Amino acid sequence: MTAKDATSPLGRFWVEFKESRTAVAALGVVGVIVLLAVLAPLIAPQNPYDLAKLVLMDARRPPGFVGSNGFTHWLGTDAQGRDLLSAILYGLRISIQVGLIAGAIAFIMGATLGATAAYFGGRIEALLMRIVDLQLSFPAILLALVLSAILGQGKWQLVAALVTAQYAYFARTTHGAAAAERSKDYVDAALSTPLSAARVVFRHILPNCLPPLIVVATIQIANAISLEATLSFLGLGLPVSEPSLGMLIANGFQYMLSGRYWISIYPGVALIVLIVAINLVGDQVRDQLNPRLKR
Amino acid sequence: MLGFVIQRLLQAFVVMLIISLLVFVGVYAVGNPIDVMISPDATQQIREATIKAYGLDQPLWQQYATFLGRLMRGDFGRSFVFNMPVLDLIFSRLPATLELTLAAVLGATLLGVPLGMYAGYRPDSRFGKLVMAVSILGFSVPTFWIGLVLIFTFAVTLGWLPAGGRGATQSVFGVEWSFLTADGWRFMLLPAINLALFKFALMVRLARAGTRETMLTDTVKFARAAGLSEWTILRRHVLRLIAIPIVTVFGLEFGSTLAFAVVTETIFSWPGIGKLIIDSISTLDRPVMVAYLMLVALLFIMINFLVDIAYAALDPRLRVKRA
Repeated sequence: MTAKDATSPLGRFWVEFKESRTAVAALGVVGVIVLLAVLAPLIAPQNPYDLAKLVLMDARRPPGFVGSNGFTHWLGTDAQGRDLLSAILYGLRISIQVGLIAGAIAFIMGATLGATAAYFGGRIEALLMRIVDLQLSFPAILLALVLSAILGQGKWQLVAALVTAQYAYFARTTHGAAAAERSKDYVDAALSTPLSAARVVFRHILPNCLPPLIVVATIQIANAISLEATLSFLGLGLPVSEPSLGMLIANGFQYMLSGRYWISIYPGVALIVLIVAINLVGDQVRDQLNPRLKR
Repeated sequence: MLGFVIQRLLQAFVVMLIISLLVFVGVYAVGNPIDVMISPDATQQIREATIKAYGLDQPLWQQYATFLGRLMRGDFGRSFVFNMPVLDLIFSRLPATLELTLAAVLGATLLGVPLGMYAGYRPDSRFGKLVMAVSILGFSVPTFWIGLVLIFTFAVTLGWLPAGGRGATQSVFGVEWSFLTADGWRFMLLPAINLALFKFALMVRLARAGTRETMLTDTVKFARAAGLSEWTILRRHVLRLIAIPIVTVFGLEFGSTLAFAVVTETIFSWPGIGKLIIDSISTLDRPVMVAYLMLVALLFIMINFLVDIAYAALDPRLRVKRA
C-alpha cells in the first residue's frame, strides 16, 4: 500500500507509521496494557484491596501456588497474601491514570505558556522563557522529589509535583514552534481581522504547533509514569491507599534479599514493558515528523 | 564582555535569593520537627525550651531573616538529628557521592564513546544494533529498577558482590575514599554501574550521531585518499571532531548526576549526600534539607553561568542581544 491510497492527513500518517514493525507492535502492547488496566476490576482474579478476601497464610507464595481459596496465583502472592497478578492490574490503573493526568495538565499549562510568550514577544517572552530555561537546567527528578516532599503524600500532590517538573518541556517546545509560526502571513492575516488575541493564539497558532507537541507528550507521559514509580518507590509519591506499580516494587524490595524475587520483579516487568513500549511509539512518531529524515 | 559577565552574575545572585526564599518557605511548610526531636513524654517546659532554642517560636519572616544573615557568614545551622553543623555533615558525606559519580560518569564515557562510535561507523552491523538497543533500554528503564535487578542478580542470586553499604575505606588527608581499597571497589561496582547506565546510553547516542555525520564529510574522504587506515581516521580525526559536544555533556551530566545519585544511593544504602537528603526528608531535618537544596541550586546556577559565559565568548551575537 502506498501513501497515495490514504486521503486524510491522519490516514497518510498511519500508512507511514505502519512501515515500522517495531512501532506497530509497541502500539499494540500499549493498547493491550491500557485495556487490561481499564478492565482490571472485571478480569482480575481477585480484588486485591478487599481485605476480607486476603488469606495471610497464603502470603509470599511463589508463582504458580494454588491458594487456599482454590485458584492459582500465577505470579505468586505478596506479603499480605494478595494475588500479585491482580495487584499488578490494579497498580497499572493507578500508574497510567497519574501519568495521563499529569501529562495532560502539563501539556495544557506548557502549551499555553509557550504560545503566549511567543505571541507577545519582547520582555514578557524573555522573562517567561528565562524561567523555563532555568527550570530545565535542574533535573526533573530532583524537582519532583523536593516538591512531593514539601506537598506531602497524595495523588493530587503527586500530580502537582509531576506537572511542575514537566510543564517546562512543553513550554519550550511550543515556544519554539509558535515563534516560527508567529512570523507567518496567516497569523498577520488573522490579526488584521477583529479576532481577539486569545483566539488567534489558541485557534490559529497552537494547532500548527501540535506535531512536535505530540512527540513531547508521548515521551513525557512515559516519563511521568517512570517518575511516579521512582517517587513511590522512595516513599514520597502515592499514599498506601493508592498502590501503584512503584509501590508494589518498593513493598517487595525487602523480600528480594531473601530470594523472594517475584513480589518486586513482576510489577517491575509490567512497568518496564509499558514505558519502553510508549517510548518506542514516541520514537517512531518523532522520526516521522522530523523533516530532516524525510526521503 | 565584562558588562555581560557582571549582568549575568547579578542575575545569578537574584535567582539564588529567590530560590533561598522558595526553599525556606517550602521546607518550613513540612511537618513539625519538634515532634521528631523530643520524646513524646517530655514536659511542656522542655518542649517550649526546645522550640525557643531553635528559634521556632518566631514569625516565619524573622526566621528567614536570621537564616539569611547566617548564610552570609557561611553558617547553615545545625542538624536537628545529628546535632552537628550542617555544612560539616554534608562535607563528610560528599566524598562518597563524588567518587561514585566520578566512577559512573567516567566509566560511561570511556565505554559509551567507543561503542557509540562503532555503532555510528557500522550502523547496520549486528553489534552496532545491539549497542543501540542497550542504549534505548538505558534511556527508558527507571534507574531504581535497574538497581533492583542488579542487586537481585549479582548480590542475591550469584552472591558475587555485596548488596549495599560502602565497605572498607582508605583515609587520605582526613577524607575517606573507597576507590583506594579492593574491598571498596567491590562495594562501589554495582551502584556505579547503576548510576552509569543512563549516562552510557546518552554517550552512545551522542557518539553514534556524531560519527555518522562526520564519516560523510570531506575530512574523512581526504584522509582515506591520503591512505590513512580506518582505525587512524577514527582515532585521529573523527574522535577529535565529535569530542566538543561530548566534553560539554560530560560536564553538564556530572552536575546532574550529583543530584541524581539520590535514587541509586537509597537503593544501595550508599552513605552519600543523596541518601542524606532522603533520610532528612523522612526525619524532617529541616536545616539539612535547606542546605542541601541551596547547595544543589548553587551548583546548577554556577554551571549555567559558566555555560552562558562560554557561549558568549564563542558567539559575539549573544553578547549584543542579551546584554
